[in-house]
Amino acid sequence: MAGFAMVAIGLLALVYGWIAGLEANRIYANLHLNSFYFVSLGLIGLFFVAVHAIAESGWQVSMQRVGEAMSMFIPVGGIIMLIVFLSGGMHHLFEWTHKDHLDHILIKKVPYLNQPFFYIRFFVFFAGWGLLAWLIRKTSRQLDMNGDIQYFHRLRKYSAFYVVFLAITSVVSSWDWLMSIDAHWFSTLYGWYVFSSMLVTGFSVIVIFVFVLQRMGYMKHVNEEHIHDMGKYMFGLSIFWAYLWFSQYLLIWYANIPEETIYFYERLNHFDTVFFFNLVVNFVIPFLLLMPRNAKRVYSVVIPVAVLIFIGHWVDLYQLIMPGAVGHEAAGIGFLEIGLTIGFLGLFMLVTFWGLSKAPLVPKNHPFYEESLHYHTNY
Amino acid sequence: MYVSPIREPLIRGEKNYSQVTKDILAPMAGKPSIYWYLGISLALIALVFGAWATYQTVYYGIGTWGLNKTVGWGWGITNFVWWVGIGHAGTFISAILLLFRQKWRTSINRSAEAMTLIAIACAGFFPLIHMGRLLLGFFIFPYPNTRALWVNFNSPLLWDVFAISTYFAVSLIFWYVGLIPDLGTVRDKAKTKIRKAIYGFLSFGWTGSAKHWSRHETVSLVLAGLAAPLVLSVHTIVSFDFATSVIPGWHTTIFPPYFVSGAVFSGFAMVLTLLIVARKALNLEEYITVNHIESMNKIIILTGSIVGIAYITEFFMAWYSGVEYEQFTFMNRAFGPYAWAYWIMMTCNVVTPQLFWFKKIRTSLTATFIISIFVNIGMWFERFVIVVTSLHRDFLPSSWSMYSPSLVEVGLYVGTIGLFFTLFLLFIRVFPVIAIAEVKSVLKSSGDHQKTAHHE
Repeated sequence: MAGFAMVAIGLLALVYGWIAGLEANRIYANLHLNSFYFVSLGLIGLFFVAVHAIAESGWQVSMQRVGEAMSMFIPVGGIIMLIVFLSGGMHHLFEWTHKDHLDHILIKKVPYLNQPFFYIRFFVFFAGWGLLAWLIRKTSRQLDMNGDIQYFHRLRKYSAFYVVFLAITSVVSSWDWLMSIDAHWFSTLYGWYVFSSMLVTGFSVIVIFVFVLQRMGYMKHVNEEHIHDMGKYMFGLSIFWAYLWFSQYLLIWYANIPEETIYFYERLNHFDTVFFFNLVVNFVIPFLLLMPRNAKRVYSVVIPVAVLIFIGHWVDLYQLIMPGAVGHEAAGIGFLEIGLTIGFLGLFMLVTFWGLSKAPLVPKNHPFYEESLHYHTNY
Repeated sequence: MYVSPIREPLIRGEKNYSQVTKDILAPMAGKPSIYWYLGISLALIALVFGAWATYQTVYYGIGTWGLNKTVGWGWGITNFVWWVGIGHAGTFISAILLLFRQKWRTSINRSAEAMTLIAIACAGFFPLIHMGRLLLGFFIFPYPNTRALWVNFNSPLLWDVFAISTYFAVSLIFWYVGLIPDLGTVRDKAKTKIRKAIYGFLSFGWTGSAKHWSRHETVSLVLAGLAAPLVLSVHTIVSFDFATSVIPGWHTTIFPPYFVSGAVFSGFAMVLTLLIVARKALNLEEYITVNHIESMNKIIILTGSIVGIAYITEFFMAWYSGVEYEQFTFMNRAFGPYAWAYWIMMTCNVVTPQLFWFKKIRTSLTATFIISIFVNIGMWFERFVIVVTSLHRDFLPSSWSMYSPSLVEVGLYVGTIGLFFTLFLLFIRVFPVIAIAEVKSVLKSSGDHQKTAHHE
C-alpha cells in the first residue's frame, strides 16, 4: 500500500512540476536521474548475486534473493527511461542532439554521439541486462527446486557473462547517459567513478531491504555476521568511491587544463553546497561511523548509514546531471525532486517486493547455504 | 567453521600437523640441491653485470645511458614501475585476501610477501641510480638543513618517496610478524646450538601461549587493515608521476585505478612464475595445489580484463576528447615507430590472459607458466610504451627523437633481476616458504584427508 501511495506522490510531483511551469529541462533531468538511479540499483542487485557466484563465496547466499528481486526493476526502469528519451527528453538533456547548432568540437563527436547509434546502444544494454537477469533468476530458482549441482555451474556461467557484460556496459552507458550531458567534457575515469557510486548504493539498499524484511518477520536466518559483512562492504566501498573521486579531481586540478577544469569550476562555483554535501555524506560520515568493528554489526548504525548513502549518492548523481542538463539558474531541490524520487522509490519497492514474493526467501538447496548459516566474521 | 563438501580441499594428501611442519621445513634442512646452486650462480652472474653497470653510471654519469633531451625517462623508470608493480601481489594476497577471508592465500602469502620486499628493493634502486649521484640520495628526504633547501612537496616524485618507504616498512613488519610463530617452530626443530640461538632470537622468544597468539592475531589484523589501502595508494602515487603532467598519453584520469590493477596483475604473474617452479623443486605440490594456481589465474583474468578495458577506454577517449595531441599520441603508439612495443603489450596483457576463461588452460601448469611469462613481459612493455612513446614525439616535431637503451641500462635491469633471484633463493633456504601456522589453521576444515574423513 505504502508503495502505491509513494507512486502517487511521485505522479503528483510531476503534475506539480508541469502546472507550476518549471523548466522542461528540470523535469526531464529529474526523470532521467531517477530512472538511471533505480535501474542502477537493479543492476547492482544482480551484480551482488553474480559476483559472489563466480567468486564461489558462501556467506551471502542467505540474502541473495533480495538482489535477484531488485533486478526485476531493470526492464521497468528501462521503459521509463525510453519514454523520457522519446517524449522529447533527448532534446532537453543532451546538447549534442541539436544537430544544426554543433560547434567544431561536437561535430567531431558525431560518429559516436548521434541518435540512431545512441538508441542502438540503449537497446543492447537493456537487452543484455534483461536477458541475463532473467537467466540468472531462473537458474537460481531451478537450483532451489531440485538442488542439482549442474544448475549451480550454470548459474556461475551466466554470472560470469553478466559481470563481464556489466563491466563494459556500465562504463559505456555512463558515457552515454551522464557524461555526454556535458558533451565537451571527458574523463577516462568517469565510468568507474559512476560504477563505484552505483555499487556502494546498491549494496546499502540490499541491507535496507534485509532490515525491512526482518522487521516484517521474514529472513530470520540472517544474523549479525551477515550484517557485519555488508557493513564492511559499505565502509570499504565508500572509501573506494572517495578514492576514485579524489583521483579524478586531483588529476584535473593538478594539470589545470581549462577544457577539463571547467567541469569542476561549474560545480564548485554554482553547486558548492551539493559538491561538499556529496563528499561529507558519502565519504566522511560512513568512514567515521562504520570504522569500529561493532558499529558494522548493529542495525542501529548500519541502517542510518545505509539511508545516508542512499541519499548521498542520489545527490552525487544530481551533481553529475544538473549543472549540464539544467544549469544553475533553473536547478534546485524542491517538491518536484523529492516527490519524484519518492515516487520512483515506491515503484522500485513495489517491483522488488513483488519479485521477492515470487520465490522462497531462503535458497535452501544452494550448495553454500549451510555455509551461509554457520560462519563467523572474526574481524 | 562449516565448509561445503563441494569445495576443493586446500591441502592434498594425508596430512597431520606434524607432517605439515616436516614438509614445509624440509627445504631448509640439509645441503641445497644442485639446481639451487645453479640458480644462484646464474643470479649472481646477472648481479655482477648489474654491479658493473652501476659502476659505469656512478663513475661516468647518466651520459652512459641512451637517454636524450627528448626522451629523458627510459628503461630506468620503466623498470622502477615494473618492479613496484610486481611487489603488489604480496600485499594484495596477505591484506586484501585476508580481509576477504580467502583461505587459499595461506599457502602462498609468505613467499609472495617475500617477493614484495625484494621487488621493492629492486624498484627503489632505479630512482636512486637515476639521480646519477648516489651519495646525494638523501636529498629526497625533507629535513631542516643549513641551506634552507627543501624538497618540492608539490612533486608526485616526492610523494613516491613517502608512499614507497611506507609501503616497504608496513610490508616488512607484516611479513615479519607473520614469520614469528614459524620461526619459533624452526627454532624448536633446530639440530644445532647456533641455529637454535639464531632462530630463537629471531622469534622473539615465541612460546605459543594463548596470550602470544591473541596478540599476534590482533597485530596481524591491524596490519592487514593498514596494508589494504597501501595496495591502492602506492601504485596510485606512481601513476601520479605521469598523470599529473600535461603530456598527452600521461595525463588521463583513469591512471590511478588502472595502474593498481596492472600492478596486481603483474604481481600475480610473477608469483605464478616463481611458485610453479618452486612447488616442484621444493616438493610442496600438496600445499600449493592446482587449485591455488587456478585461483590465482582467476585474479589474472580479473585484473587483466580491467587493464584491457582501461587501454580501450584511453584509446576511445583520446578520440572522443577531440584533442588532436591525444589523438596523435595514441595513433603514434599503435602505428608509429614503437608500434611493435604497443602490440606486444596488447597481445601479452589483453589477449593471452583471456585464455584463462577455459578451465583446461587455467588448470594446466605448463599453460599457466607460459602465460605468466607473457604477462611479465607484457607489463614491462606497458610501462615502456607509456614512458617512451609519450615522450619521443612531443609537441615540437623538430625535437622528435628515438630512444634505445645502452648496454649500461640493460646491465642495470639484468642486475636487478639477478638481485631478485639471489635474494629469493636465499629466502627459501633461511625461512619457511609457506606460513606453517596459517596452513595448520585451515587443515581441519580444508585438508583433503580431514574433509573425506569428515564425510564418511
